[in-house]
Amino acid sequence: MNQISPVPVEGFAAAADAAPAGYVGKALPRVEDAALLTGRGSYADDIGVKPGTLHAAILRSPHGHAEIVAIDSSAALALPGVRAVLTGADVAAWSTPFAVGVKQPMEHWSMAIERARYVGEPVAVVMAESRYIAEDALELIKVEYRQLQAVVDPEAALEPSAPVLHVAVGTNLVNERHFSYGEPAAAFADAARTVSIKVHYPRNSCTPIECFAVVAEYLSGDEGYDVMSNFQGPFALQPVMARSLKVGGARLRLRAPRDSGGSFGTKQAVSTYIVLLCLAARKAGAPVKWIEDRLEHLQASVASTNRVTTIEAAVTPDGEVTALRYHQIDDCGAYLRAPEPATFYRMHGMLTGAYKVRNLEVHNKVVLTNKTPSGLVRGFGGPQVYFALERLMQRIAVELGLDPLDVISRNMIGADAFPYRAPAGSLYDSGNYQLSMAMAVEHGGLAELKARRDQARAEGRLYGIGYAAVVEPSISNMGYITTALTPAERAKAGPKNGANTSATVAVDALGSVSVMIDSVPQGQGHRTVVAQVVADVLGLEPSDVLVNAELDTQKDGWSIAAGNYSSRFAGAVAGTVHLTAIEVRDKLARIAASILSVPAADIVFEGRKVFSRADPATKLPFHRVAGAAHWSPASLPEGMAPGIRETVFWTPVQLEAPDDNDVINSSAAYGFVFDICAVEVDKVTGQVRIDRYVTSHDAGRILNPALADGQIRGAFAQGLGAALMEHFDYGSDGSFKSGTFADYLVPTACEVPEPVIVHIETLSPFTPLGAKGLGEGNNMSTPVCIANAVADALGVADLRLPLTPSKIHALLGAGDPPPSKPRAAAPVKAPQGGHALSMSGAVELPATPAQVYAVLLDPDALVKVIPGCHALEKVGENHYRADVTIGIGLVKARYAAEIRLSDLDPPHGLALGGKGVSSLGAAEGAGRIRLEAAGAGTLLSYDYSAAVSGKVAAVGGRMLEGAAKIVLRQLFEQLGRQAGGGGAAPKRSLWQRILHALGVSK
Amino acid sequence: MKPAAFDYIRADSAQETVSLLARHGEDAKVLAGGQSLMAMLNIRLAQPAMLVDISRCQDLDYVRVENGHLAVGAAATQASVETRATLASEVPLLALALPWISHFQIRNRGTVCGSVAHADPSAELPLCLTALQGEVVLRSQSGRRVLKADDFFQGMLMTAVRPGEIVEEVRFPLQQQGARYAFQEVSMRHGDFAIVALAAVVSDSAIELTVGGVADRPARKRWARISGDDLDTALNDFAWELEAQSDGHASAEYRRHLVRQLGRQLIQKAGT
Repeated sequence: MNQISPVPVEGFAAAADAAPAGYVGKALPRVEDAALLTGRGSYADDIGVKPGTLHAAILRSPHGHAEIVAIDSSAALALPGVRAVLTGADVAAWSTPFAVGVKQPMEHWSMAIERARYVGEPVAVVMAESRYIAEDALELIKVEYRQLQAVVDPEAALEPSAPVLHVAVGTNLVNERHFSYGEPAAAFADAARTVSIKVHYPRNSCTPIECFAVVAEYLSGDEGYDVMSNFQGPFALQPVMARSLKVGGARLRLRAPRDSGGSFGTKQAVSTYIVLLCLAARKAGAPVKWIEDRLEHLQASVASTNRVTTIEAAVTPDGEVTALRYHQIDDCGAYLRAPEPATFYRMHGMLTGAYKVRNLEVHNKVVLTNKTPSGLVRGFGGPQVYFALERLMQRIAVELGLDPLDVISRNMIGADAFPYRAPAGSLYDSGNYQLSMAMAVEHGGLAELKARRDQARAEGRLYGIGYAAVVEPSISNMGYITTALTPAERAKAGPKNGANTSATVAVDALGSVSVMIDSVPQGQGHRTVVAQVVADVLGLEPSDVLVNAELDTQKDGWSIAAGNYSSRFAGAVAGTVHLTAIEVRDKLARIAASILSVPAADIVFEGRKVFSRADPATKLPFHRVAGAAHWSPASLPEGMAPGIRETVFWTPVQLEAPDDNDVINSSAAYGFVFDICAVEVDKVTGQVRIDRYVTSHDAGRILNPALADGQIRGAFAQGLGAALMEHFDYGSDGSFKSGTFADYLVPTACEVPEPVIVHIETLSPFTPLGAKGLGEGNNMSTPVCIANAVADALGVADLRLPLTPSKIHALLGAGDPPPSKPRAAAPVKAPQGGHALSMSGAVELPATPAQVYAVLLDPDALVKVIPGCHALEKVGENHYRADVTIGIGLVKARYAAEIRLSDLDPPHGLALGGKGVSSLGAAEGAGRIRLEAAGAGTLLSYDYSAAVSGKVAAVGGRMLEGAAKIVLRQLFEQLGRQAGGGGAAPKRSLWQRILHALGVSK
Repeated sequence: MKPAAFDYIRADSAQETVSLLARHGEDAKVLAGGQSLMAMLNIRLAQPAMLVDISRCQDLDYVRVENGHLAVGAAATQASVETRATLASEVPLLALALPWISHFQIRNRGTVCGSVAHADPSAELPLCLTALQGEVVLRSQSGRRVLKADDFFQGMLMTAVRPGEIVEEVRFPLQQQGARYAFQEVSMRHGDFAIVALAAVVSDSAIELTVGGVADRPARKRWARISGDDLDTALNDFAWELEAQSDGHASAEYRRHLVRQLGRQLIQKAGT
């Protein structure tokens, strides 16, 4: 594909220092790669631990919502190699609930205490001499749950009849705010017409290869806790963790390893596990290591919020939007984990997107449901907003009979309007949206794509073109979250704002430069770019600059905004490094000036040499100048401190706290993305083929074009995944159904086309280097751009992500012709019905109804009928406790089960109910059996529903229907044999008859 | 995600394998390529007490033509069949279907017999074996028995393998005179479990369509050379007979649609 190299465009004048003509802007190879490619990567799981370190495994709730009645760990503790088990009682004794961003009596601990509210919530932690033993022990912990009704749909959670997750809160609506900017009511009243659309954004994530890792140690004697983890920030969560652990910030030491296997925001959520593992280490009296596995990560780490948005526009007949109205319901899962409800408020100041509309009304509801708590996922808040806004723009075009591109153009903020204050408060620093769009149209070949669409449609094929215009925020205002509070609540709490960034540059006695940064890189190549920036300022080669990014909260300069999130690196971190290097340069210049007896202002740093502009022939080696500060403090200029180590803290002055009118500049820099997507939809299979994807970016100064394009490709792949396949699936009972990468589908190289990437650079006047973030734009633009293309191809309005072939097939309305001969239809499961399997059918058994009935009531016979039943113990009238192994092929699960018979109507029928718990999860079933005489035998008809949750539901969704069939088949085969006098019925013929009968409904 | 403890024995021959299985009974499971089993062990869905590794049994590592079929031994990888230069002329359907099995890294380890023994309803090899009406050779210490594919597959992950038995060999009938073959699959991503996979075998006198991914095992249907509305009706009835289920990735209705539409396309493709 034609890759267009960065096109420099005149932008706002940045500071003079921001335009070095050296390494910044060049596609230097990554300094990180040599180590990674030769196996010297230093990842959290590879770093050695102290002798005696124990390994943790976490027991997790198989239920979406349940009271924890009792936990018995005695058998686990008796297993050789197990050293301790942490339960809710310990957590309650040694810690406090996490601070919450809204004023609600919602208690969120590092582990479920008394009640579990999502599948996968930690219930106990085993510490053992190996992970293997720890996992063996998990199977020995007996937890008695009392299941509660679950709610997973955010709109249903708002119903008065919905089960309430947090009794003390009394409702699942934990935060609600109305906002009005400009005159939205008047604009809607005066509008020629309105266009609205209701959209649903799904739960998804960006799944790193490396999952969570924590090594925690409790330092006895009140010394606090020492933690090595791949937590990535924001370090505003460090005080949250310290408070939960009841120690001062300095007593919670957090260290990060050099390398990371990716995060995409998700490793923010390591924070709650850090607290959990600190407590585990305290319980065990030894350091404890925990490495999260893939199932744990998918089901219980973090996800984006799923959101229901109704968005409405007041429009003129020619498509000008005069007002926008958002009604948003954000589903944050079972707890409001810090920094939620930030998914809403990161985007708050900029809800008008790339458009000059001045009137805005917003109604936000934050809802809790029985799902994993939401949190940082690359794009954070952007995908949800733009899926609503850009779908709306497409609908305006369709409903008004206009070209979508014209509607976008008509409403876009003009290039002369920057810095532009959006109505809700974002101060867009710079941009030229019209030029970005024109570049995409030209370099992306829109005319050719339109011709292809015409031709395809003439041939009866489904071809569509979609667009998306996205303003991409970077460098979050630490105060935006307080927009969730009322102005009165904020006044009480005190102002929060800024994006405090720090960097340290030191030069040693040999003139070697080292740099410490606070960005906790997760694979992006920060060290490469920092070396480029510093080399330019000090006249060195990038290889002369050593960059250390292993943050240690006990030793390094950091503040609450530190970390790897909100695309803060290019604008804030690299910018602060630049400012810090200038401090060092200025000090060195004064030393050189003193040696050369020239004015410091004349000193030039170039080619590893220091010299006066006036006398370029007299060059001092860089190391000589730097060395003076170490070897000869007495010769330094008067008043100068020895040594060379500068730390600079920087915050964008534009980031103020929300004002009394809830006006909030939620980010410091605002880039722009304009995308064009052309798709062809296969009429038969419903598969979407991306014919071309064009993405045009303006992220200010590009510091390293190769890394920038790498970020764009990665975000594009994730955006494509969100559009077409990624989705965390929950059953209505709260069961989680996406526990493997065969269930939660992530695009691979085979599914991701190479996008056409275009750049312009309008420099930010607000960041030191004029750079802005660009790593999240395609997470925001790509899902909706693909959806708009599919909407154009199909001519439909209501699209729900992910756009799977099956869903598109349903939209195509091909119909489902009935069979030629009426047949008892197979029971069809409602697609939203979770893992509630229901089956009905009938079998002929070679025994009389009375014989069959007798078997059902006889415990000795029943034990042989129930598949895999080892023992059956009568605990009451028609109430049994059983030990059952269910086996399907290689899969085996041993359940401690309870079985009850009721509604006895001998010999015509009864109700049979059972529930069981195994290490693979819980299962529950209830059904009715009816017996009718049929010839010499009995026609047994049944109606059965079952629900499974826990591990089996998470990893075996594809197989559950089949498994239920097999268990029923085994059950009735045995029933027939028992009733008919042992092996009287020939096995094969019976099997065949049962097979024939199974699945045939009443 | 760590397996429960198990014993591991590497067998050097088929004879040693069956004697180990005889000694350890149902507690022992056979490990060949491990592409399904290892994942199930790690998730602890399967917790066998012992694994008998047959991957280095020389006498089971063969792919050869004999008695009108392509015989594949239990230790032979899918890649060793796929890369056979003469495969397209020997068993054309296998040559068409093998590239659809996951990714080449998986095929380098995964075995043909292992896939057949695992009996995943979406897998390509059980589908091909059913479509071609191949055979499975089961061997135990007391001898061998040979089953037709239809008798071997008994449901989702369920086969006729008895304790103490190993799938020693599978036999794919060679290209039949006048028969033409076509294969097609729809999945969410390249290499994923099939939502629907289909194999058509068309001869001068008959049409056969075998469908995987829908019922609990591959299902084969045979018709005379019907066409037009008759074929549509037959395909529709077949689609309903499979009793498709909905799961997280595809609805039952969509699966029926694919059986009807792709079935027709495939039959036409094979018939021309």
